[in-house]
Amino acid sequence: MSALATTVRPRRRSFVGLGFVAPFLAVFAFVLVIPVGYSLYLSLFQDKLIGGRSFVGLDNFTRLFADPKFWDGLGRVSLFLAVQVPVMLGLALVAALAIDSGRLRGASFFRISVFLPYAVPGVVAVLMWGFMYGDQFGLAANINSLIGSHVLQPLTPKWILLAIGNIVTWEFVGYNMLIFYSALRSVPGELYEAAAIDGAGSWRVVFSIKLPALRQAIVIATIFSIIGSFQLFNEPNILRTLIPSVISTYFTPNMYAFNLSFAGQQYTYAATLAIVMGVFTAVIAYVVQLRGSREANR
Amino acid sequence: MSTPVRHRARAVAALAVGALVSVSLAACSSSSSSSGSSSDASAGAASLDAALAAGGEITYWTWTPSAKDQVAAFEKAYPKVKVNLVDTGGAGDNNTKLQNAIKAGSGAPDVVQIEYQSLPQFVLPGNLLDLTPYGIGDLQSKYSASTWGAVAQNKGIWALPQDSGPMVMFYNKTVFDKYGLTVPTTWDEYIAQAKKLHAADPTKFFANDPGDAGYTTSMIWQAGGHPFVADGQNVKINLQDSGSTKWADMWNQLNEAGLLGAIPGWSDQWFQGLGDGTIATLVTGGWMPGVLEASVPSGSGQWRVAPMPTYDANNLVTAENGGSSEAVVKQSANPALAAAFLRWLNSDPESIKIFLASGGFPSTTADLESSDFLNKESAYFGGQKINQVIVDSSKHVASGWQYLPWQSYANSIFSDTVGKSFLNHTDINEGLKAWQEQNVSYGQEQGFTVSTN
Repeated sequence: MSALATTVRPRRRSFVGLGFVAPFLAVFAFVLVIPVGYSLYLSLFQDKLIGGRSFVGLDNFTRLFADPKFWDGLGRVSLFLAVQVPVMLGLALVAALAIDSGRLRGASFFRISVFLPYAVPGVVAVLMWGFMYGDQFGLAANINSLIGSHVLQPLTPKWILLAIGNIVTWEFVGYNMLIFYSALRSVPGELYEAAAIDGAGSWRVVFSIKLPALRQAIVIATIFSIIGSFQLFNEPNILRTLIPSVISTYFTPNMYAFNLSFAGQQYTYAATLAIVMGVFTAVIAYVVQLRGSREANR
Repeated sequence: MSTPVRHRARAVAALAVGALVSVSLAACSSSSSSSGSSSDASAGAASLDAALAAGGEITYWTWTPSAKDQVAAFEKAYPKVKVNLVDTGGAGDNNTKLQNAIKAGSGAPDVVQIEYQSLPQFVLPGNLLDLTPYGIGDLQSKYSASTWGAVAQNKGIWALPQDSGPMVMFYNKTVFDKYGLTVPTTWDEYIAQAKKLHAADPTKFFANDPGDAGYTTSMIWQAGGHPFVADGQNVKINLQDSGSTKWADMWNQLNEAGLLGAIPGWSDQWFQGLGDGTIATLVTGGWMPGVLEASVPSGSGQWRVAPMPTYDANNLVTAENGGSSEAVVKQSANPALAAAFLRWLNSDPESIKIFLASGGFPSTTADLESSDFLNKESAYFGGQKINQVIVDSSKHVASGWQYLPWQSYANSIFSDTVGKSFLNHTDINEGLKAWQEQNVSYGQEQGFTVSTN
């Protein structure tokens, strides 16, 4: 009897612990585990207008890896990632250092005005830029007529990725700047005093104190930006209403998934695409984090 | 270009309304249970009357401009029934939202507007309610043969026709007068006039076509093409048949010369262009006057209607473009009441009167043939009796046209394929071949037996 009691007691204790994490677990299950599990389940089936749903094993995955539309979209967001993210984070870094330098007149005004685009709803921002990009009536048209040539055509196939990159940069520079700025604020003042006593100039302080202190923040901002790039959807999808032939239905992987499911009713194939993109994004983000923290430990 | 924002707000509103409706329907479902299973037509009609008397609440999704007034008139006639009207903005968004709600299993409206070309896509998987048990078949004689043929298929009656879209040419008389253009009756003349306008003012476009799926299929229809033939599970796709190439070769003369405007239809820029003379002609369905009056007030007095240009000057052949029906979604918690509302909406004289007053083009033969309708002078069109031109077009529609059972998906990938030919001003036939190829593989994936000749 007593042996039984002792085995029961620790178990009851573990239930108390579970009670504390239960709210988290419930939310976690509802917003992550169940949807991902359901997507995995869906990805093993195929829906047909004639014949309904049938089990197809891993066919959807083999089909996806041989699908040129998928690779086209993935290639495009990868290019976007390689160019836009460094530019955006570089600008955010410069802005954060400028505010933190204490030499900027009206620093708080500068901070809020750089951040403001982030507060503009994405849809509104894209429509606004769409108007400006118009080379018939928009700002682009005005600039073209001012310089007397038709060089600026942001809404053509050649320029469109650059045009989208510009919108995304405009939207998110302020957000990343705040991440960097808050990291700079947590640098202890003694370090600066010590540097001043050692006779370090402003640039020396930037390279020896501020940038090392920012390393973790840069890693985090990079991971956020990688995820954002792979999930590129809003900007091209809204611009598409203006230029349907320039931006294809598979311009980015997310757009492809959206059109597969909501126009083509290929929900199961779209689920497959979502899973592959999720894994892909997680792996790249993990590699970046691993590299970032390894360098921090050096 | 503000439309996507509005649509988003509407989607949220639709969700909210949907939630509200399902709660209230649950509350009153016991009182309004009806005998929907009756197969006797007269008993079916009686069950609709009973449902109207019992009352209840239903949701109606549409983008018809006169819907608000029609619903108000209905609620006045049947005070016990409440209709929640949701403006879905346009066919594309409407279909996407409907598809979502059906897939989700809840949140779909009771009654919904569906274009004729998209009906097969919802009928085939069994998403719509067969209206036969409610005695709707008795109404057949009220509608034109082509519209009834579109809603009664696959052994059922899946919707009631609302309007039809026999094609005519709208042209801006102010622009024609200013540049000394003549009204073309053949496509050869049409091309000649387009070149003349372009030479006089390159900022004006005689024709605007950014690459539009609905327009392309209608134009192939007029040229005598039958690129899609669907018979149950067997589908034939040939976008290089004689009619398809006849149209593509003709339109190439404008496309490859860069004479086509590239303003997307239904955008703010498009409405602006229709008002300020940037777009000089518009070959489209007979429902367009209502759209012009509602959305292009500045075009008042400038526009006129002429018959659709033809390939053979002595032989008027036209096609249909667009046109919608309303259907009851199978998900509906109160199908009898939904069917009763639908019956009133598309067959009651009072409702059709409101629809016509807003510039709609009817599908009911009595209205198509009434002298009031034919002789109505439209102030917007400078006093022209436009309905005579449009009704005449409806009598010359080429027969035997069919859409694909997945037409709205096919249209969604049109810009990826044929759209490229328009964008790069290259041979439209190449785009049509690419479009065909993608549709063949989609059809096969969806379990159809697809052939190409």
